[in-house]
Amino acid sequence: MKWSFVLAMLLAPMLALGLAPAARAANEADYKAAYAAADAASKEAAGLRHQWTVTVSALAAAKKAGDGGDFDRAVAAAREAEALAKASIFQATSEKEAWKAMEIR
Amino acid sequence: MKARSALLLGSLGAALVAFALTSPRVVAADKVDPVADAKAFQNFFFQKFPNVKHEDFVNGPYSMNADMKRQWQEKEEFPPYEFALDAGKDMFTTPFKNGKTYADCFPNGGIGIRQNYPYFDTKEGKVVTLELALNRCREANGEAPYSYVKDEMASLTAYMAFTSRGKPMDIKIPDDPRALAAFENGKRYFYTRRGQMNFSCASCHVQSPGERIRAEILAPALGILNAMPIYRSEWSGMGTTSRRFVTCNSQTRAVPLEPQADEYRDVEYFLSYVANGLPISGPGARP
Amino acid sequence: MASSIRVRATANGDTTEVQALIQHPMDSGFVKDSKGELIPAHFIQELKFECNGKDVFIADWGTAVSKDPYVKFSFKGARKGDDLKVSWTDNKGASDTTTAKIS
Repeated sequence: MKWSFVLAMLLAPMLALGLAPAARAANEADYKAAYAAADAASKEAAGLRHQWTVTVSALAAAKKAGDGGDFDRAVAAAREAEALAKASIFQATSEKEAWKAMEIR
Repeated sequence: MKARSALLLGSLGAALVAFALTSPRVVAADKVDPVADAKAFQNFFFQKFPNVKHEDFVNGPYSMNADMKRQWQEKEEFPPYEFALDAGKDMFTTPFKNGKTYADCFPNGGIGIRQNYPYFDTKEGKVVTLELALNRCREANGEAPYSYVKDEMASLTAYMAFTSRGKPMDIKIPDDPRALAAFENGKRYFYTRRGQMNFSCASCHVQSPGERIRAEILAPALGILNAMPIYRSEWSGMGTTSRRFVTCNSQTRAVPLEPQADEYRDVEYFLSYVANGLPISGPGARP
Repeated sequence: MASSIRVRATANGDTTEVQALIQHPMDSGFVKDSKGELIPAHFIQELKFECNGKDVFIADWGTAVSKDPYVKFSFKGARKGDDLKVSWTDNKGASDTTTAKIS
């Protein structure tokens, strides 16, 4: 019982990692969708005055790869940019209160 | 199994107790009290470094490390900011095209007034820094403003700081809710983590002054602006307060704000106010 | 334009201690500007200190010396009030010179 559970836990990510990307290469539509999502998140972070430099460079890398027709790389970079932007938004939101923990008083 | 859940319950209980203990302080902090804040801020550093003379904090890393202090004292005999200082004096005394000078824009002809900046302008409702006031002076006299991060601005503030050396920082917070809000906003900016590194200003300059970050020794936040502007050997040149903020931000992988953004003005206001009473030591030299 | 050389020389008994600071970009020729273009090498090639008609210190410098260089050395045989002449020449043929009194 227990072992089969462990096995499943091990197999699931391997399947996800190994099989899914092999299914098909990313096309321009995938890139555009991924880029739009990343761009929106990045703009939100910038609006909160919590933009990260790494988000900006990942987004630029996505655009460069997309313009060059390398959609696999473009989608990967756009997803990275989106994840970074989301992390910076999380930081901005949590720091609204969390900064007080650091305060000297 | 039992032992583990007991442990879990125990730590949960401890966390709850800790929360219960800290929460009343959070509530109490909602009122803005700059006098109490400045006192607590200074006491924190005085207690953390009981062997550092109070007026020595403005010398940044040199107050924390005896070896660096010796090297600096030797360097101060022939300081690297001397060229900027001379250039600043020339610029300060040379009239604009309309015949006026910087002295016409400032109280006391601009001499010995560095300790009063930044100040809260009740007409504008915002903090005005020395760098901002200098550029406004230029624009009012029909001259193009200087870059906030380049040498000309640093030369001017170097000269103005030099004429104010030794004077205690004297920042006022007028009885105006907007001034208190600016102070509070500066404080928030100082303690807020940002960038991919998840660093706040306080992560380095409150938690770790005197410690190394790579090859550098971190300066204490207390009195850190009293030494501005600085000749930074790493930059092979002078740096303004604006440049310091912008560089600090990008080092934590945060996109810096535009120089003299409201947040930067407010954080300068906060940091200068809590350093009240400590002498102006600028222009400074840092590795 | 103020001189690019700051010098201070103090006699202490038989030895004179000299400190000098020179304003010079000392571009190595390997650094790029903000547009990505190489900044051509521009550096002091020779720095000379003369006292009473005699060379007391000559430095042959290259690109490895940093911007706004600082020099400190001491020598024997000078007295208070003597003139110390400092001069430099760079690889573009520019030069500057100044004279300081030993104090």
